[in-house]
Amino acid sequence: MSSTGGLAQFQQVFIEESLEGLDTMESSLLALDDGGDGELVHTIFRAAHSIKGGAATFGFPEMASFTHEAESLLDEVRGGKRAIDKPIVELLLRSVDCLRGMFDRARAGQPLNDATSDDVRGELAAMMGRAAPAAAVQGRRAGDQAEAWIIRFHPHAGMLAGGNDPLRLIRELAGLGELAVEADLSRLPALAKLDPSECHMGWSIELKAPVRREDIKAVFDWVEDECDLAIEPKPSAVVTPAAPPAPANIAEAAARGTREANADSGSVRVSIDKIDGMINLVGELVITQAMLDTFREEFDPSRLALLQHGLTQLARHARELQESVMGIRMLPIASVFNRFPRLVRDLSQKLGKQVKLELHGEQTELDKTVLEKIGDPMVHLVRNAIDHGLETPQKRRAAGKSDMGTLKLDAYHRGGNIVVEVSDDGAGLNRGAIVGKAIERGLIRSGEGLSDEAVGELIFQPGFSTAEVTTDLSGRGVGMDVVRRNVSDLGGTVTIRSKPGQGSVFTITLPLTLAIIDGLTAAVGQERYIVPLVSIVESVQLKPEALKTVVGGGELFRFRGEYLPVLRLHELFGCDGAKRAIEDGLVIVVEGDGSRVGLFVDGLVGQQQAVVKSLETNYRRVQGVSGATILADGSVALITDIAGLVRLHGRRKAA
Amino acid sequence: MAKILAVDDSASMRGMVAYTLRGAGHEVTEAENGQLALDAANGAAFDLVLADVNMPVMDGISMVRELRTRPSYKGVPILMLTTESHTDKKMEGKAAGATGWLVKPFDPEQLLATVKRVLG
Repeated sequence: MSSTGGLAQFQQVFIEESLEGLDTMESSLLALDDGGDGELVHTIFRAAHSIKGGAATFGFPEMASFTHEAESLLDEVRGGKRAIDKPIVELLLRSVDCLRGMFDRARAGQPLNDATSDDVRGELAAMMGRAAPAAAVQGRRAGDQAEAWIIRFHPHAGMLAGGNDPLRLIRELAGLGELAVEADLSRLPALAKLDPSECHMGWSIELKAPVRREDIKAVFDWVEDECDLAIEPKPSAVVTPAAPPAPANIAEAAARGTREANADSGSVRVSIDKIDGMINLVGELVITQAMLDTFREEFDPSRLALLQHGLTQLARHARELQESVMGIRMLPIASVFNRFPRLVRDLSQKLGKQVKLELHGEQTELDKTVLEKIGDPMVHLVRNAIDHGLETPQKRRAAGKSDMGTLKLDAYHRGGNIVVEVSDDGAGLNRGAIVGKAIERGLIRSGEGLSDEAVGELIFQPGFSTAEVTTDLSGRGVGMDVVRRNVSDLGGTVTIRSKPGQGSVFTITLPLTLAIIDGLTAAVGQERYIVPLVSIVESVQLKPEALKTVVGGGELFRFRGEYLPVLRLHELFGCDGAKRAIEDGLVIVVEGDGSRVGLFVDGLVGQQQAVVKSLETNYRRVQGVSGATILADGSVALITDIAGLVRLHGRRKAA
Repeated sequence: MAKILAVDDSASMRGMVAYTLRGAGHEVTEAENGQLALDAANGAAFDLVLADVNMPVMDGISMVRELRTRPSYKGVPILMLTTESHTDKKMEGKAAGATGWLVKPFDPEQLLATVKRVLG
């Protein structure tokens, strides 16, 4: 199997397209469960069929045999031999899960079958009314054997039209051994009646080779129905059959070997449109560059306008190219959203709630890394909404609402950010319960004077859980604080709005990409710091009397009815020559990890996009700094990590 | 070497077939379904067509039937890529005018051997 090496790439493609196929199967099964039409069965069957065909080809026989069971069941449904019902949908959904697991293990180079897949496979077989077949080992039945054969071969008139050339078959026979061929022209019509596109001849062939009948039949396997064929041993040439060859497991072992070398390399599938767009832009860039190049030879002030025009174009092309290169990493959020119909269905059934899931903005594109990491926090929010947010049909009826609760997932662009919302029309936050719990946990002293916003913030505090009884759904030891941490690791924020009796909206705001951030450049002494735009609330200039000093040396100022600490960046990072008097500089109010602080800087220099360079790979991790960037003048500016600064401040306060 | 049209909706399968055949020096055109294959066959003369059976938009069997109505594709070998379990599909393909079939799973050697067998 030496050629398998170059083929490994298609194994990877196969895994990717199969995972897509499984997504299709799942969503179609769910639609079918909702009373969808019969065309869905064909879609599901086709997906299963492709996976089966490819699995065997690409060296995953276990997957092929598993899918075969599911496919057989689907085939009966498709053929009308079996009506689709809940248990079948349920079992097929579990089969989809099993296959996903098998693909994951295939990527990790682990054995594909596990206890669950064996069980489900058994259930599929049982549903078909038979025992699960053992791994198929096909010993080919030995055909009878002879020293020499007489083959009478007479094609039907239409055989040529099907693309089978009798001469090819005879040549193939010649590959088995020495031939003596005699043409039989008895069926040849008169010339006037002869149709040259039809076959009228026949042959009588003697094959002098000790081969099996099977080998000869194999030559004619495509034309069995299109010819009269007789294969007989030449008299007095019969020998005893030889033992059948042992099935080779070497191919399988070889396939497994390459599979292990095939860990997920983190590839992205890019649409041709995007690539074409980029090639087009590069083309324009080259033209502009060529135009600008003429200025190198001779520069005449009269051509200044042309130079300016060229530079403007260069800037535009560079920006567009940047956007489209970034676009390569952008994938629609649909792949994350598509997990939820299943989750919502399973969860609502388990909890006896009726939930209608609405998806909006599935085509909104997100950076691949963000996409991969946003799934878990969203799963948590959705679980939470169904578990705690939405009420049981009885409670909803009592509250004058319809039995069916609505859970909405939405994704859209806002400014340079992507906003993902998880909203429900449930009971909303239970203010009393939250305040009570927060007091019990020592997070606050009393709920008096707390705004609804502030109460909502409480649920993001570490270790907070309001469920009266911890269910096995949300109560997995993962709280909203982890959701916030996950989102903030992606450079985003999560907030909640809630109205009693009307529901809650969780809003996740994410940067478009992790590679470039929009930020304000702030001056501190000779240093420049980038403050991510997404975390900036407002900038204020404070009078000395607005600053309150508290015990322990902390400085506070009042901002929208709330006291916020002041973090002096020059102290934090040890910058020389910075302004010290509060009235000379500027306080940037920023929000991170749900807390607000004021950053004291000398002033703002401007707004810019910063290409993030990792400090960790080039230097080491620095608390309060998420990376570095290079400014237009070539100097280096550090990018502040707001959440990190807030944590840093919290620790200082505690110390 | 031969001009071959490879038709399969699965990118991995199509890619594997095309890669293997190109490696053997053939000129391969790829098509994602029967309809696109018919479009590709317009005005191009292929020496061999390899087609999957189950495909969206237009399946392999309808494609063969349509292709065989064209005079220039009367005797051109067309092989269906089918799975073991679908003996009826083999016959259906034959009835539509296919030359033969190649049973999945197949490895590159089997593919090349079959192609060689058809092209002589």
